[in-house]
Amino acid sequence: MKKLMTGDEAAARGAYEAGISYAAAYPGTPSTEILENIALYTEDIIAEWAPNEKVALEAAIGASIAGARALASMKHVGVNVAADPLFTFGYTGVNGGMVLISTDDPGMHSSQNEQDNRYYAKFAKVAMLEPSNSQESKDMVKAAMEISEGFDTMVLMRMTTRVCHSKTLVELGEKSEAVKKPYVKNLQKFDAVPAVCRKLHVALEQKLIDLEKFSNETELNYTEWNSKDIGIVTAGIAYQYAKEVYGEKASYLKLGFTYPLPVDKIRSFASQVKYLYVIEELEPYMEEQIKAAGIPCIGKDVVPRTGELNPDILAKALLGVEREVIRYDDSVVVPRPPVLCAGCPHRGFFYELSKRKDIMITGDIGCYGLGGMDPLYAKDTCICMGASISMGHGAQQVFNRFNEKMRAVAVIGDSTFFHTGMNSLLNTVYNRSNSITCILDNRITGMTGHQENPGTGFTLQGLPAKIVEIEPLVRALGIDLVKTVNPLRLDELKAAFDWAMEQTEPTVIITRWPCVLKKHSEHDMKEFGDYKSLCEVDTDVCIGCRLCTKPGCPALAFDNESKKASIDKIQCIGCQVCAQVCPKKAIRKAGN
Amino acid sequence: MADVKNILLVGVGGQGTILASQILSTGLVSAGYDVKMSEVHGMAQRGGSVTTQVRFGKQVHAPIIGKGQADVLVSFEIMETLRWLEFLKPDGKVVINNHKIPSVPILSGKREYPRGVIETISRKVDATVIDAGRIAEELGNPKTMNVILLGALVKAMGLTELEWRAAIKECVKPKFVEINLEAFKAGLSV
Ligand SMILES: Cc1ncc(C[n+]2csc(CCOP(=O)(O)OP(=O)(O)O)c2C)c(N)n1
Repeated sequence: MKKLMTGDEAAARGAYEAGISYAAAYPGTPSTEILENIALYTEDIIAEWAPNEKVALEAAIGASIAGARALASMKHVGVNVAADPLFTFGYTGVNGGMVLISTDDPGMHSSQNEQDNRYYAKFAKVAMLEPSNSQESKDMVKAAMEISEGFDTMVLMRMTTRVCHSKTLVELGEKSEAVKKPYVKNLQKFDAVPAVCRKLHVALEQKLIDLEKFSNETELNYTEWNSKDIGIVTAGIAYQYAKEVYGEKASYLKLGFTYPLPVDKIRSFASQVKYLYVIEELEPYMEEQIKAAGIPCIGKDVVPRTGELNPDILAKALLGVEREVIRYDDSVVVPRPPVLCAGCPHRGFFYELSKRKDIMITGDIGCYGLGGMDPLYAKDTCICMGASISMGHGAQQVFNRFNEKMRAVAVIGDSTFFHTGMNSLLNTVYNRSNSITCILDNRITGMTGHQENPGTGFTLQGLPAKIVEIEPLVRALGIDLVKTVNPLRLDELKAAFDWAMEQTEPTVIITRWPCVLKKHSEHDMKEFGDYKSLCEVDTDVCIGCRLCTKPGCPALAFDNESKKASIDKIQCIGCQVCAQVCPKKAIRKAGN
Repeated sequence: MADVKNILLVGVGGQGTILASQILSTGLVSAGYDVKMSEVHGMAQRGGSVTTQVRFGKQVHAPIIGKGQADVLVSFEIMETLRWLEFLKPDGKVVINNHKIPSVPILSGKREYPRGVIETISRKVDATVIDAGRIAEELGNPKTMNVILLGALVKAMGLTELEWRAAIKECVKPKFVEINLEAFKAGLSV
C-alpha cells in the first residue's frame, strides 16, 4: 500500500526498515520530525534528544563503534556544531552502519543562512546521498546502511526543506532485523592519534577511489533518455523542478549518490547530448567538479545560486518563459509577520528591556528572537546558537576598556543555554566581564515546536527524566550573582535590571514561566498553578493613549475611530502585562 | 503536465489549513491520483501567514507551484487572498472565507485593514464567498470552518464523487467525525 508521507516521516520509516538501533538529534527545522517519528518505534530504536548536534553525532558514533546501526539528524547549521567529530570519523570509518542526515534550508524558510552542506561530504571525505522525494528518503536511509558498512564510511544524507516537508507517496517495506556487529577493540582504527591517522588518511584516499567506482556503477545514479538535444545532470529536489519544466524534451542523468560524483558516467552522458545543463539548488557543487573534469556545461551562469528554486524560476532562467499572472494592486496588503503569542512570557521581559538606554542586546536563536521586531525592537545582534553570551562578554570587555558606559545584555533561551550557552557563560566567569546574561526559561524548546530538553523533566518519549535546574547550574559554573524572576511581573523585571546594571561582576537573570502553548506537566501545575484567565478593557476609563500597544500583544487591538483599546477573548490568557502598562488601570482581569 | 491540477490553501497560523489539505490529499490518494502536498512549517504557530499546496494528477513532479499556476485558491482569510492572488491562473477560481484576522500592524493602529478586497477580486476572477465562520457557529463548533471551506473547494473542483467520508474519518479524531461530516456537507451546498 502506498502512503502519503513527508520526507522526514519517510526517513524515519527508513531507519526502522534498515534495522537502525540508535538515533540521536537536536531539533532544528526542517529536520525535527525525523527523530520525532523515529521515536514512535519505541520497541525497535533507542531515540534521544541530545543537548546539541555535536553531542548527538558523537553519541551516534559511539553506538556505531559499539556495533549498532546508527543515525544522527540535524539542520544544516547543526552540522557546523558537529563538524569536529564529523571530520575525524571520516578517517576512522564505522563499525555498525552510520548515517548523518543534514537538512538544508534553501530560501531560509526558518534559518539564519542557506549554506550548502553538500560541501561537507567532499570536505570530510564521506559518501553522500541526496533524495528528491519521500520514497527516496526512505530507501536511501537503507542504502546508506549498505554503503556505510560496505565501504567502511559514514554516509551524509543531504535533504532540503521541500523534500523534508512535502508529502509524497511511499511504498512501505519490511523491517529487517536489527543488525548488531560484535564490538572489537581496535586502536589502529578508532584511536585517532597522529600515528594512526596518517595511515587512516592514506587508506581513506583509496576508499574514495572505490566509492567513485561505485558511484559510476550504482543505480542510485541513473539516466532517463528522451530528446538528446538537451542533457540535464541534476540531483535532489532540483530534479523534480527540471522534470516539471522540460518533461520529455530533455534527457536526465539523475544523481542520488553525489559524493564522490560519477565522473565517468557524467562524461559518457555528456558525450551523447548536444548541450549539457547542470541544474542544482544553491551552490555549483556538481558544476565545479564537472568543469574541473574538463566537461563543458551550463549551470550557474543561468540558474540562480541564491534562494530556493522552483519550476518558474527555472523556466524563466533556462527558457525565458514567464507565466501569465493576474495583475492587481497589492500595496494595500498589510504584512503579517510572526509575533510572540498572546500571553508569551517573553513579552514582558522585552517590553521592560526595551526601555533601557545605553545597552547592546546580544540576542540568540529561538522564539525570543521575535523580541527584536516591531514594536519591541529589543535586540541588537543574532549570529548563531549560544553566541549571545560569548558576544556579550566580548563586547562588554571592549566597552569597559574604552570607558564607555555601555552595558552588554545577552538574551538566551533555556534550550539554547543547554545547547552551547553554558560554555559561553563559563568564559564570562573565567575572564571576568560584568556582562549581564538573561536566560529566558520557558520550560520547553519553544521555537521548533515544543521538544523536551534537559530542563523539562521528560525524555523524547515523554518518560520522566531528571530536571536540570538552571539556577544551581549557573552557580556551579561560577556565577555568584543570580536572580530568578517572574517575567509576567514588570516590577520584578525592572528591579532585576536595576540591580544587574549596578554590578561589576557578571550577573545572570533567569526568567521562569512556561511557554503559553506548553502542555503543563504535573510539576508545572504545582509550580505555576492554573493561571490562565482573561483581561478586559474598561472603555469608560481608557483614554486612548495607546501605551498598551507597546508590548505588541496580538490579542490587543486599538481602534483608531473610537480611540479605545479592546482585547480578544479567544486569544487573551490573562497574563496582565498590558494591565501593568496601562497608566489609568483601565485593563483588569475579567470579573474583578 | 496539463493533467496536473493545483490547489493553493492560504490562511493564518491556527486556522486549520493543514488539516483541510490532509483530508483533501487523503481523498485524492484513495481515488488513485499521484499527489504531492507541500507546506512550510516554522513560524506558523506564531500567527504568520501560512500556505499549503496540493498538486494531483497522473504523475506529479514538483511539490510546489509558482505564480499563475493554481487552479483554485482557497483563502481562509480575506486579506490573505490578495497576498496570494498572483499564484492563481488568470482563469482560476477563488473560494474566500468572509473572515478578517487583522495582523499586528493593523491591531496596533499603524495600518488599516484593506477595504473592498472581495469586490476587487470578484471583478477579476470567478470568486465564491462563504461565511464559513457563521456556518460553523450554527453547526456548534467554530473550529469546523476549515472543513466547510474544504467542502466548497471540492464543489468548485467538481470532485464531489470521491470518498470524502472515508477521508474525513481517517484524518480527524473519532469524536469529531460527525461534526466534520456535517461541516463538509454544509460547504458542499453553498
Ligand atoms: C545549531 C542550531 N541548531 C538548531 C537550531 C534550530 N533552533 C532554532 S531556535 C531553537 C530552540 C530554541 O529554544 P529555546 O532556547 O528554549 O527558546 P524558545 O524558542 O523556547 O524561546 C532551535 C532548536 C539552530 N538555529 N541552530
